[in-house]
Amino acid sequence: MEVNQVQRIGVFVCHCGTNIAATVDIKRVLEAAAKEPGVVHAEDYQYMCSEAGQQKVREAIKEKQLTGVVVCSCSPRMHENTFRGAAQKAGLNPYMVEIANIREHVSWIHKNIEEGTEKAIILTRAAIAKVMLNAPLQAGQSKVVKRALVIGGGIAGIQTALDIADAGYEVDIVEKTPSIGGRMSQLDKTFPTLDCSACILTPKMVDAAAHEKITIYTYSEVEKVSGFVGDFQVDIRKKARSVDMSKCTGCGVCQEKCPSKKIPNEFNRELDNRAAIYTPFAQAIPNVPVIDRENCIKFKTGKCGVCSKVCLAGAVDYEQQDEIVSQNYGAIVVATGFDTIKLDKYEEYSYQSCPDVITSLELERIMNAAGPTKGHLERLSDGKAPKSMVFIQCVGSRCADERGKSYCSKICCMYTAKHAMLIRDKYPDVDVTVFYIDVRTPGKNFDEFYRRAVEEYGVHYIKGQVGKVAEHNGRLLVQGADLIDNRRILMETDMVVLATAIEPNPDVRKIATMLTASIDTNNFLTESHAKLRPVESPTAGIFLSGVCQGPKDIPETVAQAGAAAIKVVGLLAKDYLVTNPCVAKSDELYCNGCSACEKVCPYGAISYEDREVNDHGIREVRRVASVNSALCQGCGACTVACPSGAMDLQGFSNRQILAEVDAICR
Amino acid sequence: MQVENKKEFQPKIVAFCCNWCSYAGADLAGSSRLAYPADVKIIRVPCSCRVNPMFILRAFQRGADGVIMCGCHPGDCHYTTGNYYARRRMTLLFSMLDYLGVEHGRTRVEWVSAAEGVKFSTVMNEFVEKIYSLGENVRLEDLRCKES
Repeated sequence: MEVNQVQRIGVFVCHCGTNIAATVDIKRVLEAAAKEPGVVHAEDYQYMCSEAGQQKVREAIKEKQLTGVVVCSCSPRMHENTFRGAAQKAGLNPYMVEIANIREHVSWIHKNIEEGTEKAIILTRAAIAKVMLNAPLQAGQSKVVKRALVIGGGIAGIQTALDIADAGYEVDIVEKTPSIGGRMSQLDKTFPTLDCSACILTPKMVDAAAHEKITIYTYSEVEKVSGFVGDFQVDIRKKARSVDMSKCTGCGVCQEKCPSKKIPNEFNRELDNRAAIYTPFAQAIPNVPVIDRENCIKFKTGKCGVCSKVCLAGAVDYEQQDEIVSQNYGAIVVATGFDTIKLDKYEEYSYQSCPDVITSLELERIMNAAGPTKGHLERLSDGKAPKSMVFIQCVGSRCADERGKSYCSKICCMYTAKHAMLIRDKYPDVDVTVFYIDVRTPGKNFDEFYRRAVEEYGVHYIKGQVGKVAEHNGRLLVQGADLIDNRRILMETDMVVLATAIEPNPDVRKIATMLTASIDTNNFLTESHAKLRPVESPTAGIFLSGVCQGPKDIPETVAQAGAAAIKVVGLLAKDYLVTNPCVAKSDELYCNGCSACEKVCPYGAISYEDREVNDHGIREVRRVASVNSALCQGCGACTVACPSGAMDLQGFSNRQILAEVDAICR
Repeated sequence: MQVENKKEFQPKIVAFCCNWCSYAGADLAGSSRLAYPADVKIIRVPCSCRVNPMFILRAFQRGADGVIMCGCHPGDCHYTTGNYYARRRMTLLFSMLDYLGVEHGRTRVEWVSAAEGVKFSTVMNEFVEKIYSLGENVRLEDLRCKES
């Protein structure tokens, strides 16, 4: 990284409207910048990122023959690429541009104009000092594997996979449970049109299974991910199903005959039981059962084998082993969905002790014709039809304390209106009361839907929270408050339904770590930009679909799934990607071949070769480090490990960072 | 948090922030308007493992009063393992700095994710407060530059 010519630096200070100009004295920054050695041009503009602003940068590069550009503006995470592009158009190497972040790191947080201006000047100096040592870099290319992976087989994953496959690319779906379908397959009806959930979901499941470009791995988990955008190497563990997928006809006899039938049925939220060999639900795809080895008598004691005996196809295989499938992908979509929070910290609602206190998702199964009560609304304690029901909103959502979640789960207001409406429609003699904090219905036809529940179906909405639910003479006593009439409420009811907060699937942490995708304090995956890049993770090549990114309903999930798919298609449509040229580079004259750098490299990008070097006239063959720039991701771990200072990181070289330190401490 | 004796003592504080988590966390602190003292100046590095102990020594040589290094949370490094190397290197460096007479409070390692704007601001406020309480730092000297 030699600086072999006199640098001619241009400094461009952006007002960002008043975002910067209000608390930074732009004129003083310009004056200070102009005095720095090497600076031959300094100007300001209202919005440097606008076309007119970029034009100024381009013109100055040409007129003043600039060799380096410093833009004092917003975060480089926002507009570094914008200004690199402008430089490139004017014939300057794009990597000769540095950004001084005087918005996020100065004007927005320092309200004192004196302090702000001073800090802006120092940051500008640091950027000038750095750009003086920049060297032109050439971006390389890396190939794109034309195949996408979707993690999660719910509606988000299915829709993303269908959209990618329809664009002509191969897609694999990895689903942890024995069937695709996800949460939506557990729902009975969907708001705001009261469509039957299965009627709109199952055709999509069938489409995905039948699509020639889609491969579905159910009962499988992602085990290992390496590589980077365009070429991820992924190991998928196909757990042993103990049933041969190619032989099974899906007749279901094994499930009927299985003697071990007392296992809580996860699909029905453990309200009833299933057999040890099972498919989660009748429309499961694939319609091939799995043996739950932990609960199977054959696996526990060795004595049984009933399923194998009754299977006419001879599909049951107790010897089956887990299988690892290794595959390369250009892009990965996370669609891991959600679960409801655990209610063990909410003793006041008596959820653990009273079977008639249920969650909304449990009610969804009770209302479903394939559910534990065959669709009859009844109390789980005695099987009697309820005469009165109470719905409690925001159980764990919008919660100020540690027990719950700070956010709004977004779907509960609408599904509670749906439940209330369906119950009043099917059982007009049941009295329905809803306790709420606020009713939130921002969505197309959502408020109309809620008003129908109140006006047409006579659902009682009470603004206020419930403090306690307790069993009382075989019924439930609900103690709450009506904030509008300002009175305490004590009412008896037969069933209580809790609108439980949703949270990202607990497995998402593990997956995020494997993908090095960032995650927020609530375990939702972080998007690259909250407004402008909502379906991309900050990690290149990782995309987000559905509730793993934040609470959303089915229409929003489907829309986001489509958005994620088009981003994937945009990536897969390219044959080559431009690689980051800010990679490590070893100086063969300093390298002593010690292997310290190779050991710390997480990408295996460093190898050693015997090379003939010319060290001040002495020609000899030495073992020196060589960096594969296609594999190197530019973290810089090797540069610090190198004892001789041979390894350096282009774009963030030792000299550049030291120059920044010097400028700041000047 | 603004300390009274600010006029006399203006500390120089260098913060190394990794591009993927902490720099983004600092940006979020900015866009959320979560103030911290202007004494903190941030240098962007690709990963906390890019921070060479040499950079920190250089900062103290040039008169820095405090140096803080921020990276992704352990296990969440964008480059998988970078912050583990950084953590070990800094542990060793800081124990040596103590020996050189640079108090422990002048150096700090923090893990700040891209979503933790509040944490970034809190950490910086705490750190600056600590530096004010420690006062001006003794400058490390580079003996190579000294005339005998």
